Amino acid sequence: MTEITTMHYLVVAAALFIIGTIGVLTRRNVVIILMSIELILNAVNLNLVAFSRLWGLHGQVFAIFVITDAAAEAAVGLGIIIAFFRNKETVNVDEVDLLKW
Amino acid sequence: MTSVATPFFFYFLAITAIVSAIAVITRRNPVHAALSLIVTLLALAGFYLMLYAPFVAAVQIVLYAGGIMVLFLFVIMLVNLEQNIREYQFNKQWIVATIAALALGGLLAFVYRTGRGVFPSAFYQSYRGLEGDNTQQIGVWLYGQYMLPFEIASLLLLVAIVGAVVMAKKRI
Repeated sequence: MTEITTMHYLVVAAALFIIGTIGVLTRRNVVIILMSIELILNAVNLNLVAFSRLWGLHGQVFAIFVITDAAAEAAVGLGIIIAFFRNKETVNVDEVDLLKW
Repeated sequence: MTSVATPFFFYFLAITAIVSAIAVITRRNPVHAALSLIVTLLALAGFYLMLYAPFVAAVQIVLYAGGIMVLFLFVIMLVNLEQNIREYQFNKQWIVATIAALALGGLLAFVYRTGRGVFPSAFYQSYRGLEGDNTQQIGVWLYGQYMLPFEIASLLLLVAIVGAVVMAKKRI
C-alpha cells in the first residue's frame, strides 16, 4: 500500500472545493447554495489541518476560526432566507430579481 | 513505516466524503441534502482524527454536525415547499458553471503539479510531536498568541446574533 501524504489530503480538499463551487453556481434552492458554501469552507479547513501536521498548530487554530465564521455566516444567511421567504414565498435564487433592472 | 490501516481508512473516508458531497448538490429534497452534508462533515472529522487534530475533530462534530446542521434543518422545515421539490432544481447557467469548475480544477492541478518541485515538504510525512496535549496547546495558543483574533471572533459572533435576530424578526 502506498503511504498517505499531505498531497492526498490536498487532492480530497480540492475535490470537495470544486463540488461546492458547482453547487453554488448551478443550484436554484438558496438553502442548498448555503450548504455548498459550507462544503467549500470545510475543504479549506481540511487543507489547513493537513498543513498543520507539517508546520505546527497554526493551521488548527485557523481551522477553529474558520468554523466560527461558518457559524456566523450560517446564522445570518438563514435569517436572510427566512426574511426573503416571508416576502416572496419562494426560495429560488433566480426569482430574486427585485434589484435587477 | 508501512501501515495498512491508514491507507484503508483514508480511502474509505475520502470516498464517503466525496460521494456524500456529490449527493449534497444533486439531491432534490433539501432534507436529504442536509443529511448527506452531515455524513461529509463526519468523514472530515475522521480525517482530522487521522491528522492528529482531536480538538478540531471534536469541534467539527459538536459545532458543525451538531449546531449548524440543526440550524439548517430547522430553516428547511420552516421554509419547506411542496411545489419547490417538483420544480426544476438547476438554473440555466450550468454550462458556464461546468466550464468554471473545470477551469478551477485545472488551476488546482497545475498548482499542485508545479508545487511538487518548489514545495517538497508536502510530499513526505513528518511527525513533529503533535500527538500529545493537543487541546492544551490549542488553548494556550488561543489565549496567548491569537488573543486579538479570538476577541474579534467573539465580536463577530455577537454581530451575527444581532443580525440574525433582526433579519428573522417580523417588524423591528
